[in-house]
Amino acid sequence: MIQVISFYLFASILIASAAMVIFARNPVHSVLWLIVAFFNAAGLMVLIGAEFIAMLLVIVYVGAVAVLFLFVVMMLDIDFAELRAGFVKNVPLGLLLAVVLVAELILGVGAYRAGAVKLGTPEAGAATVSNTVPNIEAIGNLLYSKYIFLFESAGLILLVAMVGAIVLTHRRSHGSKGQNINSQNMRRPQDATRNVNQPVGQGVEL
Amino acid sequence: MIGIEHYLVVSSILFVMGVLGIFLNRKNVIIILMAIELILLAVNINLVAFSAFLGDLTGQIFAMFVLTVAASEAAIGLAILVIYFRGRGTIAVDDVNRMKG
Repeated sequence: MIQVISFYLFASILIASAAMVIFARNPVHSVLWLIVAFFNAAGLMVLIGAEFIAMLLVIVYVGAVAVLFLFVVMMLDIDFAELRAGFVKNVPLGLLLAVVLVAELILGVGAYRAGAVKLGTPEAGAATVSNTVPNIEAIGNLLYSKYIFLFESAGLILLVAMVGAIVLTHRRSHGSKGQNINSQNMRRPQDATRNVNQPVGQGVEL
Repeated sequence: MIGIEHYLVVSSILFVMGVLGIFLNRKNVIIILMAIELILLAVNINLVAFSAFLGDLTGQIFAMFVLTVAASEAAIGLAILVIYFRGRGTIAVDDVNRMKG
């Protein structure tokens, strides 16, 4: 019973906040509703025993991606009223498309429910969900053994994204003095220093 | 009892919300990026639900990779948005034809 109540609670808040994300007038409010949506999606995932993905959603999306969005929204000086100009014009087409898509998806789920598609059973070599091993431990065992190269390639994707974002947004400021490595390496001791037999009592000529 | 159909319906509605968001806010690229995040969240819910009800952990591993790609995509997209704003002073994307592509 508690499972049913919490499912409907999380699901309804998730869908309502997703609607608020796309209908909110202020993009800052959109980002905040996005955070609510991610929290409730994490709740839905905890409900079926996927704690690792749920925690990942909270840490990665709420902690990093949503803050990134918030940062960009607040940093750019944008006239958002002007950007909403075509909103009303696009509503009929968008709603039509949404209704068609939802009807198709519900039709698919209904066909599945009527028994057209069987869920089946995991194949012999698959990593099954166990009741004794915790979810995070099981995923760790799988991730660091069978999927180690995929895991490393995920790290590589993140590295490329980080380098790309820095390269795209980096701006060299005009006032700063940089290091010219080429001229440093070209410099020789005989050009840079000189020996002076300095008479006593006279000033040094620099 | 909550079955997999409930999760599928929730993720379908979430997916359609994302598509609708792209259609309604065609000019505001920040909202478009958020709608893409909603679509990827719907995909993740689908993957995790099938993984949990089938009893196979591979779907959850896959959801983690979807999440990684979504995070990279958000970072790169926002970086492109920032340099676009620097060059044009606006982020209206309905007339992006600078490259004449």
